[in-house]
Amino acid sequence: MTTLDSGVDSLADVTSSEDRLRRFLLGLPGVDQVGAEARAATLSTRSIKTTAKQYALDLAIQMIDLTTLEGQDTPGKVRALCAKAKRPDPADPTAPQVAAVCVYPDLVATAKRELQGTGINVASVATAFPSGRSSLAIKIQDTKDAVASGADEVDMVIDRGAFLSGRYAMVFDEIAAIREAAGDAHLKVILETGELVTYDNVRRASWLAMLAGADFIKTSTGKVSPAATLPVTLVMLEAVRDYHEATGLHIGVKPAGGIRTAKDAIKYLVTVNETAGPDWLDPELFRFGASSLLNDLLMQRTKLATGHYPGPDYFTLD
Amino acid sequence: MSRFEYAPAPESRAIVDIKSSYGLFVNGQFVEATDGKPFKTVSPASEEVLAEVSEAGPADVDKAVRAARKAFDKVWGPMSGKDRAKYLFRIARLIQERARELAVLESLDNGKPIRESRDVDIPLVAAHFFYYAGWADKLDYAGVGDDPQPWGVAGQVIPWNFPMLMLAWKIAPALAAGNTVVLKPAETTPLTALAFAEICQQADLPPGVVNIVTGAGRTGQALVEHPDVDKVAFTGSTAVGRAIAKSVAGTHKAVTLELGGKAANIVFEDAPIDQTIEGIVNGIFFNQGHVCCAGSRLLVQESVYDEVLARLKRRMGTLRVGDPLDKNTDIGAINSAAQLAKIRELSQIGEDEGAERWSPECELPANGYWFPPTVFTGVSQAHRIAREEIFGPVLSVLTFRTPAEAVEKANNTPFGLSAGIWTEKGSRILWMANQLRAGVVWANTFNRFDPTSPFGGYKESGYGREGGRHGLEAYLAH
Amino acid sequence: MRKTYKLYIGGAFPRSESGRSYVVNNAKGKFLANASQASRKDARDAVVAARKAFGGWHARTAYNRGQVLYRIAEVMEGRHQQFSAEVAAGEGLSISKARAVVDASIDRWVWYAGWADKLAQVVGSSNPVAGPYFDFSLPEATGVVAVLAPQDSSLLGLTSVIAPAIVSGNTVVAVSSYERPLPAVTLGEVMATSDVPGGVVNLLTGSASEIGPWLASHDDVNAIDLCGITSDDEARDLEIAAAGNLKRVRRPAEEDWSADQGLSRLTQYLELKTVWHPIGV
Repeated sequence: MTTLDSGVDSLADVTSSEDRLRRFLLGLPGVDQVGAEARAATLSTRSIKTTAKQYALDLAIQMIDLTTLEGQDTPGKVRALCAKAKRPDPADPTAPQVAAVCVYPDLVATAKRELQGTGINVASVATAFPSGRSSLAIKIQDTKDAVASGADEVDMVIDRGAFLSGRYAMVFDEIAAIREAAGDAHLKVILETGELVTYDNVRRASWLAMLAGADFIKTSTGKVSPAATLPVTLVMLEAVRDYHEATGLHIGVKPAGGIRTAKDAIKYLVTVNETAGPDWLDPELFRFGASSLLNDLLMQRTKLATGHYPGPDYFTLD
Repeated sequence: MSRFEYAPAPESRAIVDIKSSYGLFVNGQFVEATDGKPFKTVSPASEEVLAEVSEAGPADVDKAVRAARKAFDKVWGPMSGKDRAKYLFRIARLIQERARELAVLESLDNGKPIRESRDVDIPLVAAHFFYYAGWADKLDYAGVGDDPQPWGVAGQVIPWNFPMLMLAWKIAPALAAGNTVVLKPAETTPLTALAFAEICQQADLPPGVVNIVTGAGRTGQALVEHPDVDKVAFTGSTAVGRAIAKSVAGTHKAVTLELGGKAANIVFEDAPIDQTIEGIVNGIFFNQGHVCCAGSRLLVQESVYDEVLARLKRRMGTLRVGDPLDKNTDIGAINSAAQLAKIRELSQIGEDEGAERWSPECELPANGYWFPPTVFTGVSQAHRIAREEIFGPVLSVLTFRTPAEAVEKANNTPFGLSAGIWTEKGSRILWMANQLRAGVVWANTFNRFDPTSPFGGYKESGYGREGGRHGLEAYLAH
Repeated sequence: MRKTYKLYIGGAFPRSESGRSYVVNNAKGKFLANASQASRKDARDAVVAARKAFGGWHARTAYNRGQVLYRIAEVMEGRHQQFSAEVAAGEGLSISKARAVVDASIDRWVWYAGWADKLAQVVGSSNPVAGPYFDFSLPEATGVVAVLAPQDSSLLGLTSVIAPAIVSGNTVVAVSSYERPLPAVTLGEVMATSDVPGGVVNLLTGSASEIGPWLASHDDVNAIDLCGITSDDEARDLEIAAAGNLKRVRRPAEEDWSADQGLSRLTQYLELKTVWHPIGV
């Protein structure tokens, strides 16, 4: 296993050449699939009740990147989504706002207008999302467009083809270039773990993205199955924890796609709490890329408050 | 709330109906003991008295053995394997139906976390009955020759660490092979065995096929020494196992013994580190370390010692010690005051001998028997805490430099029950597995159990195997 | 020229360290030879030799161990006449019956030799556990086995108790028949000339009653075969002594040495090791 406590200097060193980067990534400790999944399964058995549940539900809402990434998206759809982001539960003003609204670059301006002054960020996917199959020049331009339109956060995809063929430096350079193009915007790097397949790859890609300047590492585009899973997120949380240990820097984690229920969201929060630690229980460092999750969180929230089970017709569909 | 503090999430006790007192289960009935005094079984988490239980004296044991003999001669022995199988399948189903109740009862009486009794113990109990049910009509294929025969009456004595699971390990293969049984549960954990007696009634198991006699060492001794017992099976300490081996000397009783251990859990520098830490934790803190195959000696390659220790301590900081019935509890109560005293004594010896003791900050409940998860560093093979079985949540950490040194240290013990290996290198795993003198070798995992998988030790960890086809052999004359 | 009958320990032929010998007569009471009378210290030395040999012997491939056992049979064949004469004299058999006993003994070595590379397949298993784990069980030698050899059947009996122990990788300290020790000594000479590493088989001539308790209580002996003990009380006491380190004990029982042997003596000295490994990518 690679010893990580030697600090930032040695980490800067690992990116000094393609060969060193490669050796560093291949030298990261392995991940045993069965063991990692067993750990995630055990964490899933935590039973979060009453006050803890209240806390978790509200926190989860505040961590949502409310997302629409469809070919059929329109300004109207995005406006509706922004309304939902601002007032998730019209019947209950105590319901917190979500963290961000996540859209395609061409709809950033619309979202930005709607969310002006709310504190809710606009996140934009970029870099030829979701496949990432275009030239670096286009990816940079895509990113610049999004930022110019007002995106506070950019969700880029890595070049999985380059990663899987071992061209780590190419992936690194591309992330670094997008990092630069994104300027002050928060950069979330989508690993598309469903295409990386192994946890060893997830760990390597996590480190690669962090070394290249990611503010967040994100599981999935939502367009590939499997999208976010708890064990994948566990492995990524271990990576940000270890990176923090080595550098003192906090990198965020965003599971995206497939998280639909409050019960699932709480399992993720438990995993955050017991893996990366309480520091990460913060929308600055943990997000859910989701849409339908929000209503389930709101329903559970209402159930806790009123003591009876609510129906979906009482929650808005936007 | 500024931090994510898990609110109490207790499993309901309402599902169990504990009687104020229990008799012995002999010949299909609960009966009063004739020559023993009743004793109390308490919840180790609160010291609350759960029930009063009868102590079986020699006369009671004799009645139970007679009932078992009669059932063997008249009913169970002559019965076809196919019909025996049906009873065992039915028992397995009943256990599944009553799984939650049994899990709560086990956690109450034993002190183990409900997560473990619910997710590990009781599912494995049912699985064992299912597995051996299927063997009952296939004994010709058990590998002990044509037309294998049961021994007759099996006297079985089980420990308190996995009360119902150990009952299943003993009773399921015995009945499948056509034996009848008299089983003595441990005196601190009799309740699930008594619940099992009810299950036998619900399954219409013929009277006398299963008899449960409660009591302490005296009862166990009477059972093991009873002249009409044909087969003795014991799980427990090496000291008692040795006494049993002596007491059956010169008889025709067949014996299997599953005794103590001091397993080495060996971590190489190329181990999958996060799963390794989980494996170390699971290896020693699972079931409060009340596990004969616990990975109580951690052998870490010197090149990664600091990192492994730092990660282990960080992980230990997230362990939740407390109410066994809370679904979020990772470490429950120590089973008895006596066991707690022993753990404390050996830990004190560890300190006195110069090892460095560490536990994470954790608040222990005021009542009941508790011991925090503890790690000793700076331990050498000469320390008593590296040699003696502590049977508690106490890990001794040693180091090694080369695979050969790891093997030498791992094998340098009179025990030989289990061992762990953590490395990503396949050929090294197989080399190590070859070299380790232990009956169960877990590579890149630890404390896994399955009814199909033979379990048992080398050397002073006992003899015979439980589980799998080999576990069946132990109950067939050959 | 008469032969001097000595012990066989660690591949060498020492006299008893005690300097003792005893008279061996034939079945009719006529003097045959003086045999070394092994002492507890000889037994101790033999256990040391057996332990030392264990690692290497048990690490050999099964194929190799099988060949070594087969070689024993071949070399015995070359000494057929000597064995026949010793069995005939000691057991009071006609020379033709003694020859048949020697043939059976050689056949027995061959039979056990063949087991070396089949045991693991017959008594091991692959275990279909309910989870993503590869799980298998393999037999492995117990370690040092003390054998108190049969008193009556001095060659076939001796062969039948040693061969099943060593074929799987155990090493043996055997105490021969007291009254009929000569075939055991000759068997030692066969061992010394048939690729059996020193210490794998150690043969002591002398009294099982005298040496047995030392072997039964020896903490570096892993198993004991009491078949040469004829007194129930003595067998019980030895079993009690053997419980000290939880030896695997084979109790004395009526045996027909000419009958086909099953697996039970083989499996008696085997441990089963179960290995688990996750299956993942």
